[in-house]
Amino acid sequence: MSRRISQSYIYGWLLLMPAAIFLIAFTYYPAVATLAKSFFSQGTALKPSEFVGFENFAYMLDDDVFWKVAWNNIMYAVGTIPISIALAILMAVWVNGKLPLRSITRMAYFTPTILPMIAVANIWLFFYTPDIGLLDQVSAVFGLPSHNWLGDPDTVLGCIIAITIWKEAGFFMIFYLAALQTLPPELEEAARLEGASRWYYFRRVMFPLLMPTTLFVLINAVINSFKLVDHLFILTKGGPDNASSLLLYYIYEVAFSFLDQAYASTLTVVLLLMLALIAVGQFYFLDKRVHYR
Amino acid sequence: MSTIELSGITKRWGEAIGVDNVSFRVDEGTFAILLGPSGCGKSTTLRMIAGLEDVSEGVLSIGGNDMTSTPAADRKLSMVFQSYALFPHLNVEENILFGLKVRKTPPAEMATRLAKVAEIVGLSGLLDRKPSQLSGGQRQRVALARAIIAENPICLMDEPLSNLDAKLRQEMRIEIRALQQRLGMTVIYVTHDQAEAMSMGDKVILLNDGKIEQEGAPDVLYDRPATAFAASFIGTPPMNLLKTVAVDSGAAIDGTTVLEGTNGACLFGIRPEHMEFTDAGGIEVELVSADYLGSETIVAARVGDQSILVQTPGHVRIPEPVKARVTWDTKNVHVFDAGSGRRDDNVRALPI
Repeated sequence: MSRRISQSYIYGWLLLMPAAIFLIAFTYYPAVATLAKSFFSQGTALKPSEFVGFENFAYMLDDDVFWKVAWNNIMYAVGTIPISIALAILMAVWVNGKLPLRSITRMAYFTPTILPMIAVANIWLFFYTPDIGLLDQVSAVFGLPSHNWLGDPDTVLGCIIAITIWKEAGFFMIFYLAALQTLPPELEEAARLEGASRWYYFRRVMFPLLMPTTLFVLINAVINSFKLVDHLFILTKGGPDNASSLLLYYIYEVAFSFLDQAYASTLTVVLLLMLALIAVGQFYFLDKRVHYR
Repeated sequence: MSTIELSGITKRWGEAIGVDNVSFRVDEGTFAILLGPSGCGKSTTLRMIAGLEDVSEGVLSIGGNDMTSTPAADRKLSMVFQSYALFPHLNVEENILFGLKVRKTPPAEMATRLAKVAEIVGLSGLLDRKPSQLSGGQRQRVALARAIIAENPICLMDEPLSNLDAKLRQEMRIEIRALQQRLGMTVIYVTHDQAEAMSMGDKVILLNDGKIEQEGAPDVLYDRPATAFAASFIGTPPMNLLKTVAVDSGAAIDGTTVLEGTNGACLFGIRPEHMEFTDAGGIEVELVSADYLGSETIVAARVGDQSILVQTPGHVRIPEPVKARVTWDTKNVHVFDAGSGRRDDNVRALPI
């Protein structure tokens, strides 16, 4: 009897092994190693790595660049998430209705999503280029002076935010569109018979029923805002003066340009902690307000 | 105030015609039934009355006013949907009060009306539940409560009982009917269930293929069906409609002359419950099978190459086909023109 049980254990573990090896090698080990590394100094040929406790974290708190990119990242999240979600709902409601050329409109809204980020960045680079770019060409018609959109610390983050909204709103729209199509049309008719305006119906019925989607989209949007850096490589490389640098891009720079893996690990740990905290907060606070059917 | 009148109402979607030149009138305080098989246009007609669907042609008047293109909210009517259309994220109380809140009714008045309506439909203890925590019958009551709290003189119901089990449906029929009489509402009720129509309606409007087949009180539809379709749609089991063969003096079924004074081909109609077995006379049939229902048995039989049903009291067993004779009273015979399906009262049934 016990032999059969141990045999089936071995069988079970063998089945689990391929997936387990990949998960451990590429997810759990790096995560644990990163955490460990953040408590060690960066080793050099002369000075080997040694345990330094929270020294890396203390350094981080004194690092002006860290505070700058953290602030940039918050502005980036605040700038992109609400607007792209609002736009996504608006577009979804619009293309869910009766509309000529409906599927073409839907596709048009979704197109930015299927483009690779690098291609998107290149397209927008043409828009933002001083003098010959689309923005400057248009503003020149109205007699406005040329502006170096990506070269000005005041406008660069706004430019990046605009690109992200353009790219993400269509993606989130798909989720809202799917959710809208599960809403029975009788709800709208029942509300209409009671004299509810479209706005009242949206506010009291449609939006609350879309809350599960909103929560899902919100968490995705938050993670994305800390995760997306591809466009920075093409557009600004974080400049000028770190005005458009985001946390992950800074981590990349620290790890692979400054070759300080210990400090990069510290920053990664902090980023992960922040994300975990936000996700827990979102579930904790929003879940009670979400009605799941 | 709440008389509903349709004249020449037509609904088209491109080439397709859903409702074809329908006219009828529902007087104030009447419980009217729109009855018909699925796809006959009864729901579309109801939705046009509600204002949820545009009218392609014709005039709809409510309380003497032309409301053909009035927005749904201004027609002073409530509606109960087949799916109930309850708002799943709102509790029972919020669902019932939805319309009053839209119209910004004072809270004190809302509270009194809610208490009264909840009492009427028997939901008083369930006001803070979500629809998902209610049974089918309770959801149905919430939908009813939401319709009557508006105190509109007209209530439209689109197959409201079709999602309930048979026993509950029976109870709700009686309750809805009692509610309508107590509140004096004008109700237009859509159903494909003829038993529901017969038991609830003051007036039944039978639709087929977008047109009115017959309208009248339930007993008129049963006793004097105007068309072969009405005859076969009303009553369970449906009326037997037998093709007849023209003979010199009239028309015959399987060699027995049953009608005289016929004019061309006609259908001979007799309800299963109006036939009885006899030892002598009548016509000969071959009994094929029996469907036992408790108080009676529905016997399937063949006359020549046609099938008929005969209802007989008690329990009859037919293990193998057997010959028998059936007869009927001539006053229960209905005759329809074979081409148009119209009722023909000039033909006389012969005693057999």
